[in-house]
Amino acid sequence: MSIISTHGLSKHYSGLRAVNNVDFDLPDGQVRALIGPNGAGKTTFVGMLSGRIKSSAGSVSFLNTDVTDMPAHKRMSMGMAYTFQITSVFANLSVHENVALAARRAIKGAPSVVNNKVMSVLEQVYLADRTDQIAGDLSYGHQRLLEIGMGLAQSPRLFILDEPTQGLSASEVDGFIELVRVLSKDTTILLIEHNMDVVMRTAHYITVLNFGEILAEGTPAEIRSDTDVQTAYLGTT
Amino acid sequence: MDFGPHLFVASLEGAITAAVLALTAVGLSIVFGIMRVVNVAHGEFFMLGAVIAWWITSLIAGHPALGFTVALIAAPIIVGALAVICNRFVLHKINYEPERTIVATIGLLYVIQQTTLMTFGPEARPVEAPFNKRIALPWFEFGESGFALTWPWGLSTTTYKLAVIAAAVVILLVLWTVMTRTKIGLIMRATQLDQEMAQAYGIAVNKVYALVFGLGAALAALGAVLVVPIQQAHYLMGDDPLLLSFIVVIIGGLGSVPGTVLAAVLIGMSDGIISVFFTPTLAKILATLLVAFVLIFKPDGLFGKRRE
Amino acid sequence: MNQAARSVVLHGLVIALLVAMFFVLPEYHSGNLARILVLAVFAMGYNVLFGYTGLLSLGHALFFASGMYGLGLSIQFLSASPMLAIVIGLITAVVVSGVIGFLALRTTGVAFMIVTLMFAQAGFLTVLFFGKYTRGDEGFVIQRAQRILFGVDLSQPLPRYFAALILFAICLCLIAWMVHSRFGKTLVAIRENEERARMLGYDIQRHKLMAVIISGTMSGAAGAAYALLFGYAGASFAAVQYSILPLLYVLLGGAGTTIGPLIGTVFMFYLIDISSEYTDAYLLIAGLALILLTLFAPHGIAGILRKKLAWLP
Repeated sequence: MSIISTHGLSKHYSGLRAVNNVDFDLPDGQVRALIGPNGAGKTTFVGMLSGRIKSSAGSVSFLNTDVTDMPAHKRMSMGMAYTFQITSVFANLSVHENVALAARRAIKGAPSVVNNKVMSVLEQVYLADRTDQIAGDLSYGHQRLLEIGMGLAQSPRLFILDEPTQGLSASEVDGFIELVRVLSKDTTILLIEHNMDVVMRTAHYITVLNFGEILAEGTPAEIRSDTDVQTAYLGTT
Repeated sequence: MDFGPHLFVASLEGAITAAVLALTAVGLSIVFGIMRVVNVAHGEFFMLGAVIAWWITSLIAGHPALGFTVALIAAPIIVGALAVICNRFVLHKINYEPERTIVATIGLLYVIQQTTLMTFGPEARPVEAPFNKRIALPWFEFGESGFALTWPWGLSTTTYKLAVIAAAVVILLVLWTVMTRTKIGLIMRATQLDQEMAQAYGIAVNKVYALVFGLGAALAALGAVLVVPIQQAHYLMGDDPLLLSFIVVIIGGLGSVPGTVLAAVLIGMSDGIISVFFTPTLAKILATLLVAFVLIFKPDGLFGKRRE
Repeated sequence: MNQAARSVVLHGLVIALLVAMFFVLPEYHSGNLARILVLAVFAMGYNVLFGYTGLLSLGHALFFASGMYGLGLSIQFLSASPMLAIVIGLITAVVVSGVIGFLALRTTGVAFMIVTLMFAQAGFLTVLFFGKYTRGDEGFVIQRAQRILFGVDLSQPLPRYFAALILFAICLCLIAWMVHSRFGKTLVAIRENEERARMLGYDIQRHKLMAVIISGTMSGAAGAAYALLFGYAGASFAAVQYSILPLLYVLLGGAGTTIGPLIGTVFMFYLIDISSEYTDAYLLIAGLALILLTLFAPHGIAGILRKKLAWLP
């Protein structure tokens, strides 16, 4: 079964085709990486998946429902979670409250239920000893982990991560890869990623975007040997 | 008076409103356009212009034209200098952060207005016009003897009123030339487009801001000096120009000078003409609602360009 | 003590202190305090939107006046009982804030400020325009006989004070409760980072609209109470100055705190009261306060207190 799929999805900015006629399909349970050179339209594409950006043409279907005209918050409450490319946490609130805000929307239970969820998520993202710290005071790496924690707290069916490892140290990247492996047991993951090491170690399947169109799709091994991809992207890094 | 001549007089009065409004609103508009500052105290700079004009003319004896000429030059300079001080010690200190700026300029509004009340007093005080010759205006009608020019009773204006309109046009043309043809204008426009880039190119953004804020206030004061022989100086006289300038700047497209002038003419003229048909209160209700709805549904103004 | 218990104790103490004040203070000051309590309700309503949701309105006089004229006009022209008039006043405030919220929330930031200012100005002018009924600037008096609620004469100092205090206490409790509720925490999330809150799946527009309506209705309740307790309704309460005052109270007291609005109202009220003995230009104080606060103390008195005492709610 597919979690999310698009048909002819396009975004045009006064003549510029940021994303053009993309047919995309993500099956349940997969870890999918979305790669491509800068300006290939990756963030615009996931922006249209999540509802942050309005599409110019085409359709998006999430959990077999047409969500093309659905506002972002409704898509999120259907079971999507999204982490921002540029870290976006509630900088003046505590770590606990950041995650609780995410959990509270998804769990309609009593405060104690929410609290249990928050604590288990904070364990998962290695922040359990920092619950009362103000999020803005965390190191950059910890803020990224907090963002992922906020996504997790929503128990999403689809988790979209926009360049989650950007700016992380090598050991933090290893921790992240471990986290993705654990998460992938329960949730479908769409990962925009520049770090090819992370992509090769986590993704089941890869979509390559170039000039707003799908250049290639395949398993990590297939993509690695694809000459088109090499010239467009891999060769240059 | 018949309807036709009545409307003619109303349009003439409207043209004066439009002329003064254009000066005041352009001041507000460049401040918003270049500094992104919504200056709620703008109307008080207008009021100060009129009050200072009264003060200067009351100090200078002799022919009224003498005092008035001094006021015409000195009042905008004094008001501009005061605005530069406000900019330096208030707006600059809060980094022009939009919401705090509005709150701070509301504070300035009260401080300027109430200080004027304490010193100048609550009375309305007249300023004598430098020249003020009544001219009767002709009207045409098709009578039994065919087309004829008549001079209906009450259909008149004064040389001073016509001079106000002419002066406003000249000042706006000078301003336009400065903005588009000179180096200082270029620097101002560069700052408007991209403040950080301007800084990177060595433009002293702080000085530009001080200059623009001073110029904006001076334009309001200039408008007030021109209108004070018709209107009298009063400490609350800044309220209406503030409201009208807001209307004009918003309808003309925030920060667009040509749009602002066009809207000033439209609003000023219709203000004169509408008040013939409606009570002033109803006209103001409609105007404020118009601003609200333009901002809600057409945020770039009626004449503004659509931004992508 | 946990957070909730601390909140109950603190707010209980504030209310107990206010009860005691009536018996301690000389009559002039307890009369002032009744007025302050009503204005503090106005400020608390304003704070729901400004302090908790992060939306700066310049048009709350409209909501205050909705309550005031909803109540006043229904007593004056429909001979409504005070209870019915209160209900009409509140309904007017709900409807007006709902409509204004629906329209104004299509804008953000500076445009939102200007739009609310313009709507309030239109409201003020409308009061003047229907001067035949509202008696415009001059206003109208609500007779003592029409201010008897459940057999209690609200024109007398004691009932008047305690009526104001009851309204204040209800609103304070509501807000103290709201702050700890799911809804209140979501409002704070919107204030802190709207886009992030949206991408957590919260319906931002709906929450903001609710905040405008709660804020507007509380302001309207203050307006209705003012008219009923002090027996007067006039256009000056709809003027722009009454949109600025709650902003000033909240800024001074501390935005986004439960007791900040009361602190700010007390200080500002007495500042203006004392200075108006010396000069007609008493609004000079308001202007100076606005400038000094934005320059030096953007978090207000309660904000400064909270920095020193981290446990304040």
